[in-house]
Amino acid sequence: MTGLVNKFLPNVVANWEGDNGFVTAIWQTLYMTFVSALFAGIIGIILGILLVVTAKDGITPHKNFYYWLDKLVNLFRSIPFIILLAVIGPFTKLIVGQTIGPTGALVPLVIGTAPFFARQVQLALVEVDPGVIEAAEAIGLSPMKIIFRVYLREGLPELIRSGTLTIISLIGLTAMAGAVGGGGLGNMAISVGYQRFENDVTIVSMLFILVLVFVIQGLGDLAVRKLEH
Amino acid sequence: MAEQNGIIQLKKIDVTFQNEGKTIEAVKDVSIDVKKGDVFGVIGYSGAGKSTLVRVINLLQKPTAGTVIVNGQNMLELSQKDLRTARRNIGMIFQHFNLMNSLTVYGNVDFPLRDSGLSKAERKQKIDKLLDIVGLSDRANNYPSQLSGGQKQRVAIARALANDPEILISDEATSALDPKTTTEILDLLGRLNKELGITIVIITHEMDAIKQICNRVSVMENGRLIEEGDLLSIFGNPKEQLTKDFVNTSTHIGSVLDEIRDSGIVDKLSGRLIELNYIGDSTNEPIVVELYKRFQVEANILFSNIERLQNTTVGIMLFALTGDDDKVEEAIKYLNSLKVNVKEIDLKKEGK
Repeated sequence: MTGLVNKFLPNVVANWEGDNGFVTAIWQTLYMTFVSALFAGIIGIILGILLVVTAKDGITPHKNFYYWLDKLVNLFRSIPFIILLAVIGPFTKLIVGQTIGPTGALVPLVIGTAPFFARQVQLALVEVDPGVIEAAEAIGLSPMKIIFRVYLREGLPELIRSGTLTIISLIGLTAMAGAVGGGGLGNMAISVGYQRFENDVTIVSMLFILVLVFVIQGLGDLAVRKLEH
Repeated sequence: MAEQNGIIQLKKIDVTFQNEGKTIEAVKDVSIDVKKGDVFGVIGYSGAGKSTLVRVINLLQKPTAGTVIVNGQNMLELSQKDLRTARRNIGMIFQHFNLMNSLTVYGNVDFPLRDSGLSKAERKQKIDKLLDIVGLSDRANNYPSQLSGGQKQRVAIARALANDPEILISDEATSALDPKTTTEILDLLGRLNKELGITIVIITHEMDAIKQICNRVSVMENGRLIEEGDLLSIFGNPKEQLTKDFVNTSTHIGSVLDEIRDSGIVDKLSGRLIELNYIGDSTNEPIVVELYKRFQVEANILFSNIERLQNTTVGIMLFALTGDDDKVEEAIKYLNSLKVNVKEIDLKKEGK
């Protein structure tokens, strides 16, 4: 077995441990994915809820607020990620003190993902039956309670579905961020595997990313199945 | 006296919507006064403004103009917080039930109780009682998706009753249900009215639903309230054309007349066609017998229908009178002198 691995994946074995090795890269990818998913998730849920409740037929309509928030979300969603990485460099430095490495990638990853997720949250929540919202209003629930007890509760399966989708596309972005200095499996595949012609490194990097995607998709599906009645 | 005033008073309510530059007047100058203990029906076709009107009661719909007084409180002057408290006194059920799919039957009934300040044990006791009232005790742990339409509406009723409201609004609550289930749900509402003294406002497009439980009826058309009265007077003596249409659909006389007209019976029919409406205990037989005895006029009965509304007999009869012209004229005069509504129908002239 060891012999086989050594024979077919010599560079993977050579690059397994150490600061620039696979183990580190996997941790970096997981770190970038989940830390930015956490922040982007919180920001996205808040923005998504605001979009839903301030819309014209929302529970607390606010025309101007909705108009500008909607535009802002669209704006950030329209910037190609690779350009965003470069453009917000100074801002990144201000927030996390560095622009390279996994931590330096966090800010652009959050800013690149949050608006996308906000839109997903909005789509998930507008799907909640308006009749149920009306029933909750008739019962005498405050807007805050309607958000927590109706929107987030009834919309939960759909939110998990979009959350899964968002994390998967976030993994894609971490690979891109990795290639321009963020580290992780993306960096491994490009700067080691591709640029040094060590093809086995590229392929194994890709396989790790695929495994990560499948695991997340599987967990998401499982949660949705548990929640839907 | 305070009791003289209705528990729900809507005064001169206007509701207008702005839609893409167009102004839509959904409700125009409507006033209603619902007394405590009433089962108040609002009937009209879809788009008549009924749903908009009842939503004004708990201010799910803010009126453009008018006054809303519920239980002596001017609803439009309440703060948001006080309005929410006031809403707990007004239960509401809907055409599509509007239950939380993510909660069980028990959870749905518990939903409005979470803010009630009751302990968990007290809530459980109350929920068990409510589920017993609506006959769903054995379904507490089911999810709405596992229930039939009628069962879902029962859950919705239990939920609406959770905060012990004095008023229950039913917005087309039986329109998505089959006739048998409709009757069961209406029976349940009628029982709640009698046993709990809860005031009910129901809106519907089915006269049969009104007939079954309402004591007062309003008819709406194009945002206006065109006729209002107690059930018996609306049913026995409708004035507006739309009201007559609803009553006719319900007594089937409309379809009978169409049948007579379309089948060609009308051409073979001799004599004059009379429609008789009566409320109370006059029965068909003596009138027909009397007509023959007194005037030698024969009444050929084409259709007859008797119903019990609020323990009063409401009857309708359609017959053709044949005999000497003078005698028939006298017979009609005699009918007019009785406590019945007489209407002569000229099918050939009326056309369709």
